[in-house]
Amino acid sequence: MSQLHHTHITSKKKWFELNLKEVWEYRDLIILFTKRTFALTYKQTILGPMWIFLNPFITGMMYAFVFGGIAGINTSGIPNILFYLCSTAIWTFFSSCVNKNAHTFTANAGMFGKVYFPRLTVPVSNVISAMIQFAVQMLLIIGFLIYYVAIGAVHPNWSMWPLIPVVLLHLGIMGLGFGIIVSSLTTKYRDLGILVTFGVQLWMYITPIVYPLSLLGEGPARLLLMINPVTMPVELFRLIVLGQGLILIPFMVLSWIITLAVAVFGIMLFNRVEKTFMDTV
Amino acid sequence: MSENSRQISIQLSGVKKMYKLGQISGGTLQGDLQSWWARVRGKEDPNIKIGHNQRLVGQTFMALNGIDLTVYQGEALGIIGANGAGKSTMLKLLSKVTAPTEGEIDIYGRIASMLEVGTGFNGEMTGRENVYMNGAILGMTKAEIDAKMEDIIEFSEVREFIDTPVKRYSSGMYVKLAFSVAAHLDSEIMIMDEVLAVGDMAFQKKCLSKMREAANKEGRTVLYVSHNMNTIRQLCDRCIVLDQGKIVFDGDVEEAIDVYANSKNNDSVYVDYSQKKEPSWLHDPKIKLLSVEFIGKDSNVFDSNEPLIMKFKWLTKKPVNDVCLRIEVLSMDESPVGAYLVFDIFTSQSDKKYEMTLELNTQFLARSKYQMKFVFFEKDEYGNNVNIGFGRDMFFEISSLNDEKQLVWDTRQWGYTVQPNPKIVSFQSNENTGCINPI
Repeated sequence: MSQLHHTHITSKKKWFELNLKEVWEYRDLIILFTKRTFALTYKQTILGPMWIFLNPFITGMMYAFVFGGIAGINTSGIPNILFYLCSTAIWTFFSSCVNKNAHTFTANAGMFGKVYFPRLTVPVSNVISAMIQFAVQMLLIIGFLIYYVAIGAVHPNWSMWPLIPVVLLHLGIMGLGFGIIVSSLTTKYRDLGILVTFGVQLWMYITPIVYPLSLLGEGPARLLLMINPVTMPVELFRLIVLGQGLILIPFMVLSWIITLAVAVFGIMLFNRVEKTFMDTV
Repeated sequence: MSENSRQISIQLSGVKKMYKLGQISGGTLQGDLQSWWARVRGKEDPNIKIGHNQRLVGQTFMALNGIDLTVYQGEALGIIGANGAGKSTMLKLLSKVTAPTEGEIDIYGRIASMLEVGTGFNGEMTGRENVYMNGAILGMTKAEIDAKMEDIIEFSEVREFIDTPVKRYSSGMYVKLAFSVAAHLDSEIMIMDEVLAVGDMAFQKKCLSKMREAANKEGRTVLYVSHNMNTIRQLCDRCIVLDQGKIVFDGDVEEAIDVYANSKNNDSVYVDYSQKKEPSWLHDPKIKLLSVEFIGKDSNVFDSNEPLIMKFKWLTKKPVNDVCLRIEVLSMDESPVGAYLVFDIFTSQSDKKYEMTLELNTQFLARSKYQMKFVFFEKDEYGNNVNIGFGRDMFFEISSLNDEKQLVWDTRQWGYTVQPNPKIVSFQSNENTGCINPI
């Protein structure tokens, strides 16, 4: 019995201790959390898993109708439905990473207060759930894409498709970072939890989601959008799937820098808060 | 096992846990940022009220105040103490739910903590799915759970419902399943906080023996917090008593229970309740108990045939109807012994003071120390008893030195009530009936 697992608990706080090994040991828990997210969402519904398809489809149609049809936004030659399906898919992915993670501590206080497990498993599983949701939406998009490619309306960059996971990773890390920063702060300041849903909605409008970036032309408005770290990955995604997107390397680099900074800061804050949040929440 | 060969399982040194009283944080992000920025620059915090002593800003409370403790492998340690003594805080620190304010903790081995049974249980999911979830939360891998699944289901006694959503379970079934998961963890240390308070008697026994087995045969360390002294006696081989965040006793279980029981004891014949706060469960304290006193005594030790003569003083804060009084007698380890009832004492307007003297017969009580609780109640419109006044912590001792038969009374085995000796109605020798022919 000499190889006992040793845990040392001290009152001293370290700023950065990323215990990824421990998170990895709990990978089965991450899988279960992810499964649960899906199992619970569609339990006791008539259509069941059909909703995974229906949800984004309805949203995409609505956007296509409101922004493409009524507002008549120019999607630079891309068929409306396809354009908005892509937009909702990528934005839903990012926004659910932020929104779900923003409530990590407050929503799980009951569980966190009774037993210890690496808290980071919850945000990680949230990102994975969002990725699965996104993959399902991609199937829908591919369905439409086949039709539109056949009639020659779009020309995707097939060779770049392997980059889609990179886009997801980029947005996933960023969403996780922002989400856990908010969740760490909401343990003390509850108002942030309410603000975040609202904030994410506003954020969508300063990201080229319901309109293409090319619509803005050159100017201060476009600069603002380019600084927004979500813009570049979204445009990259469009470039890959729809064959049209505006990529500027310096801004892509900037976006990555912001992403990593946010993630590192978020994890630092998260680690600090997770030790004592039970006393304040 | 000699002292040296024993492996340390848990070691706490100088552990303190501080909680802030009242409102936590200044409330606004701006205020906190200002304070933080001022601290960084070494300036005075702009949010401290002028004229206030800095130490008093944000009153604090030490839930644990310097705990040093070493627990060895295979020990079953009981933790007892009054409410608020720091028991649960200690378990929380050990299960890493919250961090200590000061001090170091070393834990050798994996911990299975059961501060609550069924953490992560979700009503929509089936029993089996919840076992996986709960097991994973407690640190098991899927493969480990698969291997133990049969044992868990067997132990839980809910086999036929294992694939039913747990929202359809009775609360007993829920607890049984949850306990089974925790009990089958491959951990070296088990931490429990009175989780056995639920479930039927048979299952409680099963749980206790499972835990004893874990400690004795498998060499696991068990930390167990309870207010139930009997389970502590059954399970633990060592016990600590916590009082106001400190360990006041560490050692033998019986001695610890005595220390705990006596820590509450005082031998005064007069208890003043006028400054005491009403308990929170008393929703409508219409009567304020002022004092209770043993009349004609200078100690609280009584002879078994000596009646308790007690004088009560109280004040009515609201109009009351047909007030009744219940005097509950409890043993020092909190098990109820019996109660005295006085019905329909009075009806009154508010703001009146009353005095009443009662004579209590204690012949049925065994020789021991007791505590009393006083509950005033009245009937509501539906005929239910509603508690409207309360007092506790009055102690007395029955010592029947002149009754030799009672001297050998063993309260732990026989209970606290001495029934009147049965009258022998007839007695004869039945030699003739002993040889009935077998059919």
